[in-house]
Amino acid sequence: MAEQVISLQVNGAEHRILTADHRTLLEVLREDMAMVGTKHGCDLGECGACTVLLDGRPVLACLVLAVQVDGRTITTIEGMAEDGTPHPLQTAFSEKGAAQCGYCTPAMLLTARALLDEVQAPDPDDIRQALAGNLCRCTGYNKIIEAVEAVAGAQD
Amino acid sequence: MGTGHNVLGRALPRVDSMEQVTGATRFADDLTLPGTLVGRQLLSTHPHAVIAGIDTSRAEALDGVRAVITGSDLPITYGILPVSQDENTLAIDRVRYVGEPVAAVAADDAEIAERALSLIKVDYEPLEEVVDLEQGLSEDRPLIHGEGTGRNVHRSVALEFGDVDEGFGVADHIREDVFHYSGNTHAALETHCALASYDAVGKLTLWSSTQVPHYLHRSLERVLELPAGRIRVVATPNGGGFGGKTEPFSHEFAAAKLSMLTGRPVRINLSREEVFYAHRGRHPVLMWVRTGFAADGRITAMHFRSFLDGGAYSSYGIVSMYYTGALQTATYQIPNYRFEGVRVFTNKPACGPKRGHGTPQPRFALECQLDRAAADLGMEPVGIRLVNAVEPDSLTVNHLRITSCGLSECIVEVAGASDFTARHGRLPHGHGMGLAVGAYMSGAGLPIYWNDMPQSEVQVKVDRGGGVTVYSMATDVGQGSTTMLATVVAELLGLQPSDLAMVTADTDLTPVDLGSYSSRVTFMAGNAAVEATGKVRDRVVRAVAEKLEANPADLVLADGRVSVAGDPATGSDWAEAVRMAIATEGPLIESGSYRAPELAGPYKGSGVGISPAYSYSACVVLVECDAQTGMVAVERVWLAHDVGRSINSLLVEGQIEGGVYMGLGEALFEEQAFRGGLHRGPSLLDYKIPTILEMPPVEFIIVESIDPGGPFGAKEVGQGPLLPVVPAIANAVHDALGVYVDEVPITPDRVVAALRDLARGGSGRFGPESVPDFDFGTPVRVEPPEGFVAP
Repeated sequence: MAEQVISLQVNGAEHRILTADHRTLLEVLREDMAMVGTKHGCDLGECGACTVLLDGRPVLACLVLAVQVDGRTITTIEGMAEDGTPHPLQTAFSEKGAAQCGYCTPAMLLTARALLDEVQAPDPDDIRQALAGNLCRCTGYNKIIEAVEAVAGAQD
Repeated sequence: MGTGHNVLGRALPRVDSMEQVTGATRFADDLTLPGTLVGRQLLSTHPHAVIAGIDTSRAEALDGVRAVITGSDLPITYGILPVSQDENTLAIDRVRYVGEPVAAVAADDAEIAERALSLIKVDYEPLEEVVDLEQGLSEDRPLIHGEGTGRNVHRSVALEFGDVDEGFGVADHIREDVFHYSGNTHAALETHCALASYDAVGKLTLWSSTQVPHYLHRSLERVLELPAGRIRVVATPNGGGFGGKTEPFSHEFAAAKLSMLTGRPVRINLSREEVFYAHRGRHPVLMWVRTGFAADGRITAMHFRSFLDGGAYSSYGIVSMYYTGALQTATYQIPNYRFEGVRVFTNKPACGPKRGHGTPQPRFALECQLDRAAADLGMEPVGIRLVNAVEPDSLTVNHLRITSCGLSECIVEVAGASDFTARHGRLPHGHGMGLAVGAYMSGAGLPIYWNDMPQSEVQVKVDRGGGVTVYSMATDVGQGSTTMLATVVAELLGLQPSDLAMVTADTDLTPVDLGSYSSRVTFMAGNAAVEATGKVRDRVVRAVAEKLEANPADLVLADGRVSVAGDPATGSDWAEAVRMAIATEGPLIESGSYRAPELAGPYKGSGVGISPAYSYSACVVLVECDAQTGMVAVERVWLAHDVGRSINSLLVEGQIEGGVYMGLGEALFEEQAFRGGLHRGPSLLDYKIPTILEMPPVEFIIVESIDPGGPFGAKEVGQGPLLPVVPAIANAVHDALGVYVDEVPITPDRVVAALRDLARGGSGRFGPESVPDFDFGTPVRVEPPEGFVAP
């Protein structure tokens, strides 16, 4: 079983990890780095619950091998608040009732953040398209759209 | 504030929402203990087979494997209902569905555990399989539970309330229709997970994503033969439940046993595929309904038959079967009612309770038929529902006690908001509107196992700094039960919900609540919290009144102060008032409880359907259908829900919207489908649930009927709003295209088949033609309750 040492920039800090080649980024984040805010709902790339940001773009951590992203920058939910201040999306999700069980929430937030980082004033269709790969079984999505819209409107 | 309330009814965030949005919420699989082993289960590859032998020796010899267990290691059966204890942790002698756990291992890591499973050799001797209703009712198939051949009937029922023949005799119009509702599953995003730790002094702790820690505690005691005091169950926040985590599961016992054998913590986290096999989802139900109507649309009699394909084990099945006949009368005044139901065993994963438990299927049948009866009689969908709608403070023919009832208001409101009457039947071809209603229980009237203890207990403790801790076994599965409890307590004490410490769902720490099922928590735990908090409040008020030499009745608790009404400067701040109460009467720790009144009727099966209060919903949907492809898109939904009293409007809206979403999936996409005994696609790629692209906007109308028994008048909202969505969509598809798709889900191929039938000059219907010829026996005749008034 081949192993190698990789370096990951996770939430602004460098982590050097010895890992087997076949392990996923999801496994390394959750098991080796105790960053269990990243969830898993299928481990097959179907549900979107493991979404993290790789160099600012959303990826499914269950479909990415850790060794593929050696040297890259990763943002997880643990790194979304800055200096203890929640990201406006986190506040909006809380206030708008965009989380019920909360299991899809970290991935939804990161995907929404990637959208807002890229598109200045997304319309509801942009929001829908961006979040179409993230399943939620509780909310019916509308309060998630409202929360993202509220933040998008405020950053105009 | 203007409402006369501190926090009641406001749109406040969940008390746990900042943990959720920062990723700090710890679900079962997020917990870590030193030395935790990975547990995995070996699944049956046969739908029906005798286990001639299992050889685990090669797995046991593998380096890194710490324990291997098979069925004989846990011989005691379990099952959620006391009358049907028919499951084993790991199959003994026989497997009954593909995916049934047969053996379990605990190993140092996942790879070793998987390798160990591959080294276990199971000798199967296949038996003929029984995979659908027809085969289940055949005399010639092998018995799934038992030896030899015969009908695999789990249970049947035949009840008659009033005189159905007489009711049909006076009818001006009679309709008979047949419907089928396919099975579907919960698909909570979090897969089931259990972490067990058996410690050095012989105490077992199990952290599990369960909706029912109390029932799990009882089952572990029996199956593991440990005293209850040496078992602690902690229900971790559930990453969605919807009924799918409402009974004890194989992996919970297996993780516990493996931990007992190894002395190490053991985690079993089900894969997504395993969750499809664990199932306990919506029963497929074939239904025949015959209803008599007077010329003015009033129902004179109803005869309802249900055929449930139950899967391999009992689960809640007997109750599910009764539910398919229990709540027809909760919405419509039916003076004479006959219900016949049968559940069969088949070699598939067991069906059980999913949001709405056994009632979405008959609701689909009933609401679709009612629209057709309206058309037959020259009435409108609104009119025929209003003329039959149940009234507040009434009794039904099958002995349900209706208290508050906002059904008519829901219908009027939702029809008005959607401009239904002006648009129904008048939209361009391909566009349609549908209406339907529903009702659901605010908690089952009886516990799962018979006992005369409270159904919910809550304790409130106040420390000397004024800190309030609320203890309750109510389990938050995303519905917001913890926020509901915090809101109720904060309302009475004049505090903010976020000020409180909430300790929930832990059998060592919290007094019993029966669990998050049957929409019982707001009503039952809410009432228990009101009682416990009321005692705390009374003591604090008494102490402050004494100091002020004021009448206790004149004091109010608001904004963190206890003071004379209208004069906040008097009195004390909360913490000071608490210290006075402790000084005068001792520790400020109080408890409260709730037990439903005696509601059961004088017949076997009357325990199903009774509830201290019923919620009501009415729904209108607007659809656009493509007559070429058969695609149905729901464009907008209006839903009015009588929640009694909204304790937190943000959470009420969330439950309504979530119910609409889940109903949409059931109506159009979702089916737990099999090829023979093999699941067609146990994955979220193959089992399609709606994404954000399919979800329409929802307009809510919250109706408050203020139930006399509810906490502040509140009733349920977790399950009821799903019920009318499915038939409203079916009725809208008919309005759009003129076809009847009498089978859920309403998939494009079924719509196209109905359109082809219409084009060929047929009735434009797709659906089952008939139901099996099954002898339900002579119905048990039950007299209507004393005081029942026939419409």
